[in-house]
Amino acid sequence: METAILPIGQARAAAPILPARDKGGGKGGVMAGLMHRVAERGRARLRLTVDGVEIEALEGDTLLTALLTATARLRESEFGDGARAGFCLMGACQDCWVWTEAGERLRACSTPAVAGLRLVTGAAPWP
Amino acid sequence: MAVIVVGAGPAGTRAAARLVEAGLRPILLDEGSRQGGQIYRRQPENFTRPPAALYGSEAGKATALHRDFAALRPHIDYRPETLAWGARPGELLTLHGETATALRYDALILATGATDRVMPVPGWTLPGAYTLGAAQIALKAQACAIGRRPVFFGTGPLLYLVAWQYRKAGVEVAAVLDTSPFAARLRALPLLAARPGVLLAGLRYTAALLRAGVRVESGITPLAVEGEGGRVAAFRWRDRRGREQALATDAVGMGYGLRSETQLADLLKCRFAFDPVARQWLPELDAEGRSSVPGVYLAGDGALVRGADAAELAGRLAACALLRDAGHPVDPLETAHLRAGLRGMARFRRGLETAFPWPGAQAAALPDATIICRCEAVTAGDIRHAAAALDAPEVNRAKQLMRPGMGRCQGRVCGLAAAEVLAAARGVPVRAAGRLRGAAPVKPLPVATRMPEETP
Ligand SMILES: Cc1cc2nc3c(=O)[nH]c(=O)nc-3n(C[C@H](O)[C@H](O)[C@H](O)COP(=O)(O)OP(=O)(O)OC[C@H]3O[C@@H](n4cnc5c(N)ncnc54)[C@H](O)[C@@H]3O)c2cc1C
Ligand code: FES
Repeated sequence: METAILPIGQARAAAPILPARDKGGGKGGVMAGLMHRVAERGRARLRLTVDGVEIEALEGDTLLTALLTATARLRESEFGDGARAGFCLMGACQDCWVWTEAGERLRACSTPAVAGLRLVTGAAPWP
Repeated sequence: MAVIVVGAGPAGTRAAARLVEAGLRPILLDEGSRQGGQIYRRQPENFTRPPAALYGSEAGKATALHRDFAALRPHIDYRPETLAWGARPGELLTLHGETATALRYDALILATGATDRVMPVPGWTLPGAYTLGAAQIALKAQACAIGRRPVFFGTGPLLYLVAWQYRKAGVEVAAVLDTSPFAARLRALPLLAARPGVLLAGLRYTAALLRAGVRVESGITPLAVEGEGGRVAAFRWRDRRGREQALATDAVGMGYGLRSETQLADLLKCRFAFDPVARQWLPELDAEGRSSVPGVYLAGDGALVRGADAAELAGRLAACALLRDAGHPVDPLETAHLRAGLRGMARFRRGLETAFPWPGAQAAALPDATIICRCEAVTAGDIRHAAAALDAPEVNRAKQLMRPGMGRCQGRVCGLAAAEVLAAARGVPVRAAGRLRGAAPVKPLPVATRMPEETP
């Protein structure tokens, strides 16, 4: 279940594209997402880039959904206690911040996913 | 007269509607992008599930609230995606996008709702561990499950409701583990009978889970969420007979009832009192929703967790109180009727707290290494150290020393548990551990925030 995270800047056109739909099983594959879609799978698709890897999400997804259906973390705790992937999903805990490659901070559970966003989930400075 | 209502859930929506009936045009603002609040939270516009799939037995009420809001909208100044992050007398500080604005008010209704009440457990920061509320939001607003075979633990009606909603959505539920003993539910029956319909619905969810073969246990003690490869892999607990149990799982949903969002009332210096039923400090309010500060009214779960139906009544009642205080005629029969409706809700609330008590005592048993404050990774041991060696008598002092509750969430998640850890370490009742004080901004602002221009 190890996630294949490419360092920033290594994204290539040939980077693997992860499916927005679950292919079932949840095991194997490049990355196994934490979250699983149970309905509403027929929405328009969009693509964003996470740690240099392109992922596919669906229109109407929050950033949190977009990332966690494909991967298993949003950020690293700046206190060295491991990865975090949000907790409350309602804008209360502030545990789901992600950074854009440009250094902008976004609260993943309350920010809609938009095509072309480039995000990083590795250690980033807390401004 | 400038009136602002904060929060567009059932309480805020009903409050705004009553103000409009009296000829006012209030500002109604909400941090969220769509009206509805928590229970009647809406899915994004391009989702297609019908209300019955989203709200179950509450679909009728949800649709009514959404429809009434649509009719109300032309008559109010509705501001979605607007956070109220600070307040001072006569002025509310808001944020929309990256623009901060100071809004003047003559009267303010705070209908800010609640968040999950959480007791930490070792491993609860692992990816895959969420609140029960989060598990429900994932399903309701994003059509996602937090895992393929989640364990739900904690206590309260949401525990059974969320588990049942997951089952209904076709998700396999590994177990539903309640910290409350079954006997507590029997003790609470006379109080819960104040709302037989709600009581029955609760029993139905549990029966349906059992019928579906879901493992349901009472009287458990959570021991740890265990991880592997940086995500949840198992949950360990002690059953009611004291035997250790474990289940492999890819996700946990945890929660112990709700806690009110009271930061804005705190910033406005509303008086707080310790509520022995909820074991929380709550803003004082009179029977109609007046706070101790003239012109500031409180309604819904943000003042006292009594549920959605009570929130609708309390919102309307607070608006009536505001109108009467401002010299508008209000039919005494209307307020009497609303107050009578709320009395049964108050009885039911006592029933819920009796049936599903906050397990404050668990805090004392948490291993020192357990993270309490997720924001700054402050552990139970750190707080105990502050309590003993540094002689911190209450949470604000401990916070200065050790920083629990100093993080980005302002103690929303850890505040109650930190107080329990501190009180237990000092051998005092939790009310003596005090309460964490709110500070502006109540939620982090973007770095690029442009500070207030005055606007009317
Ligand atoms: C996650 C969750 C799930 C729940 N699920 C159920 C359920 O399934 N069934 C049930 O019976 N009850 C449920 N409850 C309880 C139920 O939500 C409440 O009883 C009901 O919604 C209370 O209505 P309210 O208007 O008081 O608050 P809410 O409905 O919570 O509305 C409060 C609103 O205020 C807004 N707000 C808060 N602070 C600010 C601020 N500073 N600035 C701007 N806006 C702000 C919020 O965005 C929110 O929209 C749930 C509660 C939670 C927290
Ligand atoms: S998950 Fe808690 S703020 Fe986003």
